[in-house]
Amino acid sequence: MIKFDRVSKRYASGKDALRRVSFELPAGQLTFLTGHSGAGKSTLLKLIMMIERPTQGQILVGRQNLNGFGNRHIPLLRRKIGMVHQNHQLLFDRSVFDNVALPLVIAGFPKADIGKRVRAALDKVGLLSKEKQNPIMLSGGEQQRVGIARAVVNKPPLLLADEPTGNLDPALSAEIMDLFHDFARVGVAVLIATHDLSLIARYRHRLLTLREGNLIHDGVESATPTAGDWYGA
Amino acid sequence: MARNPKRPAGARSARTSLGDHFTAWRHHHRDSLADALGRMRGTPGSTLLTILVIAIALALPTGLSVLLDNARVITQGWDGRAHLSVFLKMDIKEERQRALAKDWAGLDGVADTEVITRQQALDEFREQSGFGDVLEALPDNPLPPLIVVFPSNNEPAALEALQQRLSKVPEVDLAQLDVAWVRRLHAIIELGQRLIGVLTLALAAAVVLVVVNTVRLAIESRREEIVVIKIVGGTDGFVRRPFLYSGFCCGFAGGLGALILVGTALWWLGGPVNQLLDLYKSEYSLTGMSPATALILPLFSGALGLLGAWLAVSRHLGEIEPQF
Repeated sequence: MIKFDRVSKRYASGKDALRRVSFELPAGQLTFLTGHSGAGKSTLLKLIMMIERPTQGQILVGRQNLNGFGNRHIPLLRRKIGMVHQNHQLLFDRSVFDNVALPLVIAGFPKADIGKRVRAALDKVGLLSKEKQNPIMLSGGEQQRVGIARAVVNKPPLLLADEPTGNLDPALSAEIMDLFHDFARVGVAVLIATHDLSLIARYRHRLLTLREGNLIHDGVESATPTAGDWYGA
Repeated sequence: MARNPKRPAGARSARTSLGDHFTAWRHHHRDSLADALGRMRGTPGSTLLTILVIAIALALPTGLSVLLDNARVITQGWDGRAHLSVFLKMDIKEERQRALAKDWAGLDGVADTEVITRQQALDEFREQSGFGDVLEALPDNPLPPLIVVFPSNNEPAALEALQQRLSKVPEVDLAQLDVAWVRRLHAIIELGQRLIGVLTLALAAAVVLVVVNTVRLAIESRREEIVVIKIVGGTDGFVRRPFLYSGFCCGFAGGLGALILVGTALWWLGGPVNQLLDLYKSEYSLTGMSPATALILPLFSGALGLLGAWLAVSRHLGEIEPQF
């Protein structure tokens, strides 16, 4: 679903955020992405979302090379990617329903269709009864689930999550992870960027570890990275 | 890792047809307009202030140009053809006056002549000036016989040559060229028009800037929403549309406001001005705006609002990008 081929990113400041990073995420696989702050996690996500462009190398999403994409293709790319944020990025001037419906409204779905799909997504995350509420009335875990419903409402083949369990207790984190597992099971490629070592240890999934822009680990073998792995022993 | 054979091939992305897209595009235009109006209603204070500023800025040149149009209509009667007023000596008899007029009509450079006898001049003066009673009190008719000479050539040099020539005729007291002051008046009106043009440009720019600022603040207050829309794949057009509509609506409402202001001012001035014109026995009365002006002004103002919104959006929307 995603392929990075020797991708480097150097910012105008001269900082090398990513150095010749290569990996592939197949459909239906759940992958963790980890590394300390500044290791390049955010840059990697920004490159997939085309918020930034790589300095070198190729990124393929689906079978399409992002290097060939002009700025006007960016919205269409983003419609294929569900994005879950640590701070949820919900809009508090509208209901839960309208928050989840936003990607469908933007993509131009007929009204009747929107209602069905939004309710299906809310049902999936267990918030069907709260569709009329303002998200500000919901708990942190519920807000995160609204964010997930919005990310998956138009059934994207790729789901990115940036610290999705950052502010949640272990029980709520487990609920969120269960949802991600469900999406992977139906064929969605899920990439979860996280600092949460306990989360990574609990679920033995494939793990990508970044350090100073280099991909230093890719696999399930030593599933629990140590602080040494991040900072260099 | 062995793949699970029972696993489905993959989630299918939701797809939409071209017809759906068109319907959605239409709906989004309608929703954007509704959204723009809703937000204007949501902040009545600042919206009203913006509209009022635009209305005042546009009322000024509009009002002035209406007054200038009136001035032009009133002076049109004076404009006419350039002519020479040749006043004869008081003792010239009517027969001699008519003979002279006939002679001059045959001169080179003269198209026509018109005789105004002393009695005709008196009657006309009495009728137009309102000083009839004063004239009654005078023992004699103080007005000289007059021949109005219409030249065939309106060139200033030819007119002056003709004036010189007629001045030398012994019966002539004074040959007066009645064209200089008309020219001056026209020059003043022309100047007024230019000034209104400059004023219109300056105030139109002010309208655009007012809308730029209003929309800039609106963009700033909706920053989070714009970020979310961009993340979930909203096009720039989708983000831009509500702001463009609100710019147009502000401009349009401001234009209507300007119409109301100018209309009120004309109504308020109408009474005294018509009274004044009446005192001068003028048949003119103050005319208001033409229907074309009333139609064009709000649309023009709406276009200025649209331009302002466009400038603000293209300047500030690019700065708002999703961050992680």
